[in-house]
Amino acid sequence: MATPATTAAHAPGASEDTGLWSWLTTVDHKKIGILYLYTALFYLMVGGLEAALIRTQLAKPNLSVVSAETYNQLFTMHGTTMVFLVVMPLSAAFFNYLIPLQIGARDVAFPRLNAFSYWVYALGGLFITLPIFFGVAPNGGWFGYAPLSGPTYGSGFNMDFWVLGLQILGISSLAAAFNFITTIINLRAPGMTLMRMPMFTWMSFVVQFLVILAFPVITAALFFLQFDRFFGTNFYVVQAGGDPLLWQHLFWVFGHPEVYILILPAFGLVSEVLPTNSRKPLFGYNVMAYSGMMIGFLGFGVWAHHMFAVGLGPVADSIFSLSTMLIGLPTGVKIFNWIATMYGGSLRFPASMKFAIGLIAMFTIGGISGVMHSSPPSDLQQTDTYFVVAHFHYVLYGGAMMGIFSGIYHYFPKITGRLMNERLGTWHFWLNFIGLNLTFFPMHFSGMLGMPRRIYTYDAGQGWELFNLMSTGGTYLLIVAGLVFAYNFFVSRAKGAVAGSDPWGAPTLEWSIPSPPPDYNFAQIPEVTSRYPLWDLKTPDRTAGLEHSHGDAGAIAAAHAVPVHEETERRTAKELGIPMPVNTIKPFMVALGIIVMFSGLIVLHAGKFPLAMATMLGGGAFMVASLYAWLTSPLE
Amino acid sequence: MTTASAGAHEAHEHTHYTTTGLDNKKIAIWAFIGSECMLFGSLISTYLVYKGKSVVGPFPHDAWTSPAGQLFKPILNIPVTSASTFVLLMSSLFMVLALAAVENKGKPGYEGWQGSSKVWLAATALAGAVFLGFQAYEFTSFVHEGLTIRTNLFGTSFFTLTGFHGTHVAVGVLWLLSLLFIDIKRGLGPRDTINVDICALYWHFVDVVWIAIFTLVYLIK
Amino acid sequence: MSIERAHADHVHEHPTWKQYKWVALVLTVITAVEVWVYYTPFKDSPLFRPTLLAMSAVKFAIVVMYYMHLKYDHAIFRKLFVGPLIIAGCTLVAFLFLFGKVWIG
Ligand code: HEM
Ligand SMILES: [Cu+2]
Repeated sequence: MATPATTAAHAPGASEDTGLWSWLTTVDHKKIGILYLYTALFYLMVGGLEAALIRTQLAKPNLSVVSAETYNQLFTMHGTTMVFLVVMPLSAAFFNYLIPLQIGARDVAFPRLNAFSYWVYALGGLFITLPIFFGVAPNGGWFGYAPLSGPTYGSGFNMDFWVLGLQILGISSLAAAFNFITTIINLRAPGMTLMRMPMFTWMSFVVQFLVILAFPVITAALFFLQFDRFFGTNFYVVQAGGDPLLWQHLFWVFGHPEVYILILPAFGLVSEVLPTNSRKPLFGYNVMAYSGMMIGFLGFGVWAHHMFAVGLGPVADSIFSLSTMLIGLPTGVKIFNWIATMYGGSLRFPASMKFAIGLIAMFTIGGISGVMHSSPPSDLQQTDTYFVVAHFHYVLYGGAMMGIFSGIYHYFPKITGRLMNERLGTWHFWLNFIGLNLTFFPMHFSGMLGMPRRIYTYDAGQGWELFNLMSTGGTYLLIVAGLVFAYNFFVSRAKGAVAGSDPWGAPTLEWSIPSPPPDYNFAQIPEVTSRYPLWDLKTPDRTAGLEHSHGDAGAIAAAHAVPVHEETERRTAKELGIPMPVNTIKPFMVALGIIVMFSGLIVLHAGKFPLAMATMLGGGAFMVASLYAWLTSPLE
Repeated sequence: MTTASAGAHEAHEHTHYTTTGLDNKKIAIWAFIGSECMLFGSLISTYLVYKGKSVVGPFPHDAWTSPAGQLFKPILNIPVTSASTFVLLMSSLFMVLALAAVENKGKPGYEGWQGSSKVWLAATALAGAVFLGFQAYEFTSFVHEGLTIRTNLFGTSFFTLTGFHGTHVAVGVLWLLSLLFIDIKRGLGPRDTINVDICALYWHFVDVVWIAIFTLVYLIK
Repeated sequence: MSIERAHADHVHEHPTWKQYKWVALVLTVITAVEVWVYYTPFKDSPLFRPTLLAMSAVKFAIVVMYYMHLKYDHAIFRKLFVGPLIIAGCTLVAFLFLFGKVWIG
């Protein structure tokens, strides 16, 4: 075990600069990861409150807690928030924090671009969220179907914020994806071959490709919508011959890969938690990696299963139905591999493990309902009903969120240097588990009984009352669970037991360095000889049967790499002679310029042409000038 | 490339170790180009899907008489666009010559104006600017002939697709001019190869997109 | 799926000046043929579209292989480009089918 004394003295960020300016200018992937984490948890609260209002309105027939218009804004913002401002950024928090640590790197490939991604996300999040306080939040659904979202049927400012907000958030995701792809390809420590990467890094790698291939499609679709709304083009104008199905196709070509963007990082996290707490290597590592790639690839060939109801014809229906059933296979393979990982292991059940097992169970339910609506005849019964709502909450809440909670419990000690309270963690898990099933399981029934999605109220006597009341009750339970988590999070951060560098006896590189890690991560770059370097070091019998080999001698020399070891000393980068990127405000400024530029279009919609031009040109000039300053100043 | 990046290695004081021995920027630009394939794929798909769906003219390849009896000629001007296509194609040749000049600066065979990166960078940027000039001419003449981005589905999808391409060319021209500026200020040499190379890759990609657009939009009915 | 390190001794062939000019000539000739057939009666032949698509694909490939020196470069770049290109191409073709632009049977 690590020497706890050294770590204790340096628990939570002692001696480091932690003022506001240091956060605004940081280019350290770990600090940026923490920024993502806090920001996304904040939006989780916002999205949760929206959900609570939605469910309160639906608790009983014909309630009028909120108006129909407010309801539209609430469900639109709930979906948009949870997808783009919560689950993706929570995943990004882990990408940032973990990828460099897991591959033995000192930072990401482009640290300033990384800061830029965060600031575009943070400011873009405000851009799309603040309008709700003025009653002009987006109100056309998280999928923004045209022409409902176009100028004719959505003439207010509401969908302006949605179109532009998503465009802004796309910039953030794309920039981050280029960065992580480069990081994973090019910054792995010597010996860290692709097939030795920790499974979280593998799944993240796949996700970055999904991002760079799926986001351009919605970018194009959003540009069309933007042009229709602001410049009077005809993309989605039916009278001019425009086809509303164009939006639907483009949106779902993006949308289905997007759901894998949401789930694969969570899969990656539990693939770290399960072997660690089973004290046994991941079962079928290769199959896990390849099935991740398969899911990513097939994910581009199933989109029209969201559109069976529009009548695509028997050929298209059959093809998309088959491909959808096919994609269930690699997904199912993962479930079996996790179970096989636990089988015969010496199991331990900290909160992270409970959530990981919870994911396996809950995602399976969501996967099964997914395969149910992969069949067009059966989907026609289910589409646009609460049955689909049940499906995607089992995969998103039961899958993605449970996986992320698992990851938070697992990595909290690495990030803060302190352990989370296990007793509260157990409470959180069970409240969450019961709450989520109470909320979402009844939706299968209300959906099958014909309750449509996106209605703000309903009449009594259709057999939906009990199920809705259960769902609302479950939601309140989830809020209690959330409060327990928040309490645990903040109290543990201040007073939790000191963790040491490797509290779980985990096998991968991030656990070989102090908690929290020093800014340079690794004083000496480790040379990796197997998939489980720390188990090789501490419990070699666990990994004796696995492949071990030394890498290229030239590479090892070039990287000044030394055999994998535990680093316990804490010295500054300067003492060690490690060049570090300098903090800079420029990425923030470029992000700000972009937001101002986009805001100009809102002013344009308000009919103030000169002011709009001034805003756009001003924002654009500010962006270009900041970018120029950024590119001409050295990194280190 | 390998020889060049090896040269860059010696020139830089503390070049960081990378797993593949390649430069980060080059991996990032290729990933970016991959992503751009999907962007232009979506734009081109949309254009093709809407081909022939316009309710009113003018049309790209066919004449149209408006209900008011006004005659509109087929709007695309193939000779002019062929010329601009040729110019863009030549710009790609200038670009590879610029890259070769930077990479081999001072080596035998790279003397005089033919081996000058300044000449070729300027030529590339100029060709790009001429292409943009052709596009500006094309757009204004279409507007005069009665086709704007709002007129019909053809106008909407045509101006959007070619406008996006033109914007990419414009960004490329600015990028080239910045390189030219640096070249004039301090001279570009072998250790700058990577920075010229990523610009060149972007530039050629924009050219390649035009190759597809020229055939799909202009030549095929 | 292995990404090996590019060794300094592992020098790739590099296109030369002369080659670049040949490439330019070929591209120009193909472009000239493309425009030329547009003005011939061949324009109305059922083979017109496939021929033009083939010529444009050849030009595309030549620029990517020689000017973007993908042919001479590290395999990782090929993967980064060809993978997305295939997905983009398949999506485009799927759109043409879904919107009834191309018909089979
Ligand atoms: C076993 C794999 C899966 C299959 C076969 C599947 C299948 C489907 C199908 C056919 C629909 C369309 C239902 C309809 O609207 O009528 C759907 C909707 C949806 N799925 Fe899945 N799915 C799977 C996994 C996932 C995952 C992993 C996620 C996200 C993490 C997800 C999120 C969603 C969402 C958000 C919707 C609803 C979108 C909307 O209409 O707003 N699914 N799924
Ligand atoms: Cu889907």
